[in-house]
Amino acid sequence: MFTPEELTTIALSVRVAALASLGALPLAVAVGWLLARRRFPGKALLDALVHLPLVLPPVVVGYALLAAFGSQGPAGRFLGQFGIELAFRWTGAALAAGIMGFPLMVRTIRLSIENVDRRLEQAAATLGASPWRRFFTITLPLAWPGLVAGAVLGFAKALGEFGATITFVSAIPGETRTLSSAIYGLMQVPGGEAAIWRLAAVAIAISLFALLASEWLVRRQRGPEDEP
Amino acid sequence: MLSLDVHLRRGGFARHVRIEEDARIVALVGPSGAGKTTVLNAIAGLLRPQSGRIEVDGRVLYDSARGIDLPVHRRQVGYVFQDARLFPHLDVRGNLLYGRHGARGQERRFELDTVVDLLGIGALLGRRTANLSGGEAQRVAIGRALLSQPAILLLDEPLSALDEARRRELIPWLLRVRDATRLPMLYVSHHAGEVRQLADAVHRLE
Repeated sequence: MFTPEELTTIALSVRVAALASLGALPLAVAVGWLLARRRFPGKALLDALVHLPLVLPPVVVGYALLAAFGSQGPAGRFLGQFGIELAFRWTGAALAAGIMGFPLMVRTIRLSIENVDRRLEQAAATLGASPWRRFFTITLPLAWPGLVAGAVLGFAKALGEFGATITFVSAIPGETRTLSSAIYGLMQVPGGEAAIWRLAAVAIAISLFALLASEWLVRRQRGPEDEP
Repeated sequence: MLSLDVHLRRGGFARHVRIEEDARIVALVGPSGAGKTTVLNAIAGLLRPQSGRIEVDGRVLYDSARGIDLPVHRRQVGYVFQDARLFPHLDVRGNLLYGRHGARGQERRFELDTVVDLLGIGALLGRRTANLSGGEAQRVAIGRALLSQPAILLLDEPLSALDEARRRELIPWLLRVRDATRLPMLYVSHHAGEVRQLADAVHRLE
């Protein structure tokens, strides 16, 4: 049904999107918690910076990544010392996709943490729980559905990322040519319609599966609390 | 047991409160808005006074002049809230045992079996918190506070969310806790009957 090339593209896209969303998740949780629970000077600035990838042209984000992580860039040279190269590698595609999905993840996670009743956290504190213990035993378990939803949103966004990815890591078959850039490339070629539809169908199916899986996970988390 | 002298400010509300009580069970009474809950929150550390000093049983919890302000989780204050505030994602046993880390290296005065017997909640241990009646939830909340090995028990109108029947049902349990545990208690209420039955001394906030 799929050519070996198409299967490679699909596997690569899933791998990139998974690394992007899972890699961004801890930072998204930390930032989401900060914005939800803390007041500090510069909070509005942090909020704006987090949302920047949402409003900037994706190509600009990609170019900024190239300038920073390219072999001549400051971050690129620093990582190069450890043998880590991101430009034109699938890990670079994951970085680009992760950054583009980050604002959506933070928004979702922040909202779900804000929805955790602070009075429960207060009660936990009076019972001797330190701030870290309160976070891991009260806030996190109660915000869990939102965290999953955030990760899924990040995954879906990463799967479809195009502008930043193609600018930063180009569209190298087998390495950085994910679903979107593959479809784009096929549009330049006559007779590519069938292949395009196959890839598009996969994109839709994966996204749908991710959404349904997260819905099921959320319901399963809530389930035991509703049982008599 | 309680020595408190603080300036409180919260929104548009500014009060100077002084409480000096040696009695073990003290009722804090006063009209709505007088700041009774605010005083409890200051003792627990959930609220920072503008300035002042709070000492419980010889332990200084807060002293603005000396820069002492123990964080909430180190104050060893057992707080029973008006709305119980049980953790919905834990069952009753999980709620009860939540504070067991609260007293490291200290003499443990309260153990699960004792507290369960004291409050008659043995049958509830496996239940989810959503399936408890108001009175049952409060008893679990009291048990949970006791099991965190507190030095003082703060109760914020624990019966006011209950109807008359549940209230009458719960008072004997409170008396049991008072007599069996010998813990200092600060009990906020505006119900004269409860206060008469429970307290050794009454402090009025205007």
